[in-house]
Amino acid sequence: MTENGTYVYYPGCSLQSTGRAYDTSTKRVAQHLNLTLNEIEDWNCCGATEYFSVNALPAYSLVARNLALAAETGGAPEVVAPCSACYLNLRKTNDYMHKFKKLGAQVNQALAAGGLHYEGGSLRVRHLLDIIVQDVGYDAIGAQVTRPLQGLRVAPYYGCLIVRPDTGYNTEYPTHLDALMTTLGATVVDFPMKTHCCGGHMTQISEEVAYELIRRILKNAADYGADAIVTLCPMCQLNLDAYQGQVNRTFNTDFNIPVMFFTQLMGLAFGLSTDELGFGSEMVPAMPALSRIGRELPEERERPKRRDKQALPMPTPRGSGRSES
Amino acid sequence: MVHTSPKPGLYEQIMAETPGGEALVTCLQCGTCGGSCPSGADMDSTPRRLFAMLMADMDDAVLESNTPWYCVSCYYCTVRCPQAIPITDLMYTLKQSAIAAGKFHKDAHANFSDSFIGYVEQFGRSFEFGLATRFQLTHHPLRTVRKSGLGFDMVRRGRLHTAPDRIRNMPQLTAILNEAKRIAAQPVPAGGVT
Amino acid sequence: MSEEKIGVYVCHCGHNIAGTVNVEEVSEWAGHLPNVAVAKNYKFMCSSLGQEMVEEDIKQEGLTRVVVAACSPHMHEPTFRGACQRAGLNPYLFEMANIREHASWVHQDDKEAATEKAKAIISGAVRRAEELEPLEPFRAPINETTLVVGGGIAGINAALEIANSGHKVILVEREPSIGGHMAQFDKTFPTLDCAACILTPKMFDVGNNPNIELLTYSEVEQVDGFVGNFTVRIRKRARMIDTGLCTGCGDCWERCPAKVIDFVYESGLGYRTAVYRPFPQAVPKYPVIDTESCIYYKNGRCKACEKFCPTGAIKFDQQDEVVVANVGNIVLATGYDLFDARRIPAYGYGRLANVFTSMEFERMTNASGPTNGKVLLRDGVTQPESVAIIHCVGSRDKNTNIYCSATCCMAALKFAHLVKEKTHAQVYNFYIDMRTAFKDYELFYNRLLEEGTHFIRGRAAEVTDAARQPGEEGKLIVQAEDTLIGKQRRVPVDMVILMVAMEPRADASEVAHRFGIGCSDAGFFTERHPKLDPVATMNEGIFIAGTCQGPKDIPASVAQGEATAARVLSLIGKGEVQVEPVRARIDEDRCSGCRICNNLCPYGAIDFIAEKGVSRVNPAQCKGCGTCVAACPSQVITGQHYTYDSIMAQIEGLLYDQRTPDEHVRVLEMEPA
Ligand SMILES: Cc1cc2nc3c(=O)[nH]c(=O)nc-3n(C[C@H](O)[C@H](O)[C@H](O)COP(=O)(O)OP(=O)(O)OC[C@H]3O[C@@H](n4cnc5c(N)ncnc54)[C@H](O)[C@@H]3O)c2cc1C
Ligand code: SF4
Ligand code: SF4
Ligand code: SF4
Repeated sequence: MTENGTYVYYPGCSLQSTGRAYDTSTKRVAQHLNLTLNEIEDWNCCGATEYFSVNALPAYSLVARNLALAAETGGAPEVVAPCSACYLNLRKTNDYMHKFKKLGAQVNQALAAGGLHYEGGSLRVRHLLDIIVQDVGYDAIGAQVTRPLQGLRVAPYYGCLIVRPDTGYNTEYPTHLDALMTTLGATVVDFPMKTHCCGGHMTQISEEVAYELIRRILKNAADYGADAIVTLCPMCQLNLDAYQGQVNRTFNTDFNIPVMFFTQLMGLAFGLSTDELGFGSEMVPAMPALSRIGRELPEERERPKRRDKQALPMPTPRGSGRSES
Repeated sequence: MVHTSPKPGLYEQIMAETPGGEALVTCLQCGTCGGSCPSGADMDSTPRRLFAMLMADMDDAVLESNTPWYCVSCYYCTVRCPQAIPITDLMYTLKQSAIAAGKFHKDAHANFSDSFIGYVEQFGRSFEFGLATRFQLTHHPLRTVRKSGLGFDMVRRGRLHTAPDRIRNMPQLTAILNEAKRIAAQPVPAGGVT
Repeated sequence: MSEEKIGVYVCHCGHNIAGTVNVEEVSEWAGHLPNVAVAKNYKFMCSSLGQEMVEEDIKQEGLTRVVVAACSPHMHEPTFRGACQRAGLNPYLFEMANIREHASWVHQDDKEAATEKAKAIISGAVRRAEELEPLEPFRAPINETTLVVGGGIAGINAALEIANSGHKVILVEREPSIGGHMAQFDKTFPTLDCAACILTPKMFDVGNNPNIELLTYSEVEQVDGFVGNFTVRIRKRARMIDTGLCTGCGDCWERCPAKVIDFVYESGLGYRTAVYRPFPQAVPKYPVIDTESCIYYKNGRCKACEKFCPTGAIKFDQQDEVVVANVGNIVLATGYDLFDARRIPAYGYGRLANVFTSMEFERMTNASGPTNGKVLLRDGVTQPESVAIIHCVGSRDKNTNIYCSATCCMAALKFAHLVKEKTHAQVYNFYIDMRTAFKDYELFYNRLLEEGTHFIRGRAAEVTDAARQPGEEGKLIVQAEDTLIGKQRRVPVDMVILMVAMEPRADASEVAHRFGIGCSDAGFFTERHPKLDPVATMNEGIFIAGTCQGPKDIPASVAQGEATAARVLSLIGKGEVQVEPVRARIDEDRCSGCRICNNLCPYGAIDFIAEKGVSRVNPAQCKGCGTCVAACPSQVITGQHYTYDSIMAQIEGLLYDQRTPDEHVRVLEMEPA
């Protein structure tokens, strides 16, 4: 945790439009947890993936302007981004400027044309979820829960960029969002597709490709009995939510799974109202799923507590071998 | 013959322009990237095959391939590659080279990127509504009707603005981007961007 | 300055040196150095002609010092010392200048700089040579007992070979029984002969050979001394069994109520009891009580084994024993560990029940294993109808281990055959390259091709249970690029086997440190020379055999085990060892008796002679590391062969072109007090 829980906040373009509910709920939850988010003055777009496709140096420079402004924002040397794509671009630019000296020098040459300078690596770029689970911590969050999300079965969806290429979390099967949801009282379903791609910008390029990627994720969430998918990226939320209807039409399916931001669910568990948390703007209505909260879950499907006599032990890390008497 | 021309070919150029790209020479052709790629089935060549073509100096075929354009930047290939090759970043460089050479695949959304960049360079922020409409109108005019239903719903829910946001200090950003483009236009020095 | 006559010989090493360093120029230049009487260059100094040239010059020209500028002293210092000795020159008056590893090989793209650097290195060697003093090696008798550490197939063969020649062996094994990994297998490639049938007789021989003292459930804690004269401390962990009484009848483990997963012998796929014998053919036959899982040690109750033991052999209060032994040679054969498949989350091991490791599968096919040899899914009843075998899991991967584990392609073929034989399931091998080198291995590959096994050339990208299309529900789907077609494939199967890498033992670097040997980057023990001295180490008298040196199969492990025996026996045959006189020596007249050096010595080689009030180095224990030399405040400790003067002269020589005629380089202003 930074000193007195202050961070530099980079909302990014999506949080101003398609992901507005994420911005609203983030600010509300931060306030509830006494976190101060100082928004970067006059920040610009992070370039998404598009800018990097066309011309790398201007793309790095575009991002670096935000970092330079962030360094001037004062307070803690930690920038928090709720959008996974923004997070990746900020972090990558920050790292590369530090690691690849020539690139860093060139970017600074460009920044100088605007009267700015940024020392690569001098800030730490973090994703909002990382701050919530690492800095605030499960215990402190658990202590705030007044209305546990009991009865809600969620599929925790991480997407790509919060775990890849290298953020220190398991790159294929992270569990920190799972743990956060459990802390809030929700039931977490196993979700093998949790870090697969939501299609990103493919929705704009090739619908066939994008819808198939979205379908795989929705199908997996449905197969594992999720009431809702919880996300941490506005792009993922948009693709899984706004295109669900199109996916149903294309593949003749009937998915009806609301897609929420983890901050919205945190807020709910903290006893905040749905209005304060930006609910209502989702295309697949969240209300039917939310109305399950508080209800008893039907008995878990028969899962024999004691293994069958013949069954072979599941792999357990050596040393944690439980005795079976 | 491969690698005999004094002028570096596309292969060398792509590596030089990608941070850490020189690792590509160690590609084992194992196919982990091609097997991991969520868009792998839709690409005309898997990333692995594209790299083999690149090494075989099939420059035009590489530039015209749809592979980089179908990359969704999921980074699965990058984290799984046993030779720690920055494959996703190489895909970005390949797109840039295709645009620079004017040879990109017909399915490429180079002008989607262009529209996106256009908005960013004009306003400093992206503008999803304008982007979607402009791109759809040029590429899939018939689908726009269908999509606009969705767009309308989004507007109604306050999730799409019909006018773009704009940052205050646009001159500063413009100056930075222009300078970056000027530097980028200079030939890549030996040793690449690292 | 001394009045020595120095001969300098610059070696071409074929093109290795001459291709980069201008050897003519260098030898011509060296001829003008002070005190250099002879300077020559020659194509191969190590050849007999090269050596004879040195011998001839010593005799004819009366050389008093010899410098050969060639390769690393590791290989040829002994060669040229021998030449000096034959010509009647004390071998410690020879100095080697390494202009290959230190100049030509590392500066191949800058011949001029390489040539200049070679001159500097030679100049340093010449100046150092002036300061060398004649020395005599220590001679010490060789203790004829050998310590073998690790009772896998490599260690077993080393021990038997030495013992059969009539010499004593102490075999120390960490687990309750010898056998190692081979004891876990049912069949061995490429001939598919029964592992137990060929291993058990050898284990039996070890247990019954009067020359072998077998210490199982034991570990070496401390090693002192030097070649021919090591002293080792061995901890014999308490078995809680009186082996004098126990008959190995098995009443105890049949009654033991504490059941735990067996991570060692069953590789996590099966259970054992708290009092256990790892497997029926175990040598020795006695069980041990694992005090961590025994109920009695937790809450003081149970004692079922004690009640049922017909001979009263259970001893709950047995204590560890420490054995101190003197041995002349040591063979390390500590084997390998397996890669933890959880480190590659894309393969789902630990999450997806029917993903197995190779060793789990070995246990499954073993007739005395948890499924009595049946190939079954994790539920313990269902036979798979399709099986995927994934190669290179944790091998050939910069994120885990960069090396090839060398045996897993062949083991994968063995598994494919066993699956077919036992279930008739379809088998899919996902591989990058098929590595079936060595005798008859390719034949085995052919046999598997004939059996109709599917081979998909592509490293598996992931194993998932997320069904995407019909036909995948309830299956494990292996997704990969079939690189020969250039297309992605999804292969639904019931069972996946991960061919996990062979890794260095988790404690390999600790063990290496204890025995004073090195580890490679990958963590395996380092041999003295990768080609010509594969089982010796940099520490004389310590040998390595089997997979602790690097991944290899059983035939290669056996061959190395036997090779170490040959090396040990040849040393024993000599009867005595010559030990390098590179030792610290304390000038007792000037020693103030401050005792600072006493505790600094990492080998405990310095004793304090109370009656004289001075410290003294015990040359048998000293390894010549120099720690005390640097620490002595009175500067009265000399490192023989590396004296203060010789080192300073070498530095001065190296910097020959940095010095004006009448001015010493700055480092030399510091003189001993
Ligand atoms: C799945 C699989 C299948 C295989 N199948 C075949 C096959 O069919 N044919 C074939 O030729 N090869 C096969 N191999 C290779 C074979 O396992 C090895 O070549 C062989 O077992 C190596 O023997 P080792 O003695 O070097 O090591 P190990 O078998 O590992 O033995 C080492 C011994 O040292 C002991 N030890 C370790 N550390 C210490 C210590 N500090 N102090 C005391 N004792 C210690 C251990 O307990 C162990 O008993 C296979 C390998 C694998 C992974
Ligand atoms: S994963 Fe890496 S090594 Fe394998 S084919 Fe792709 S780029 Fe080459
Ligand atoms: S980063 Fe791009 S190329 Fe790599 S797996 Fe993802 S989509 Fe495919
Ligand atoms: S032996 Fe085969 S499976 Fe094992 S690491 Fe080498 S190539 Fe891979």
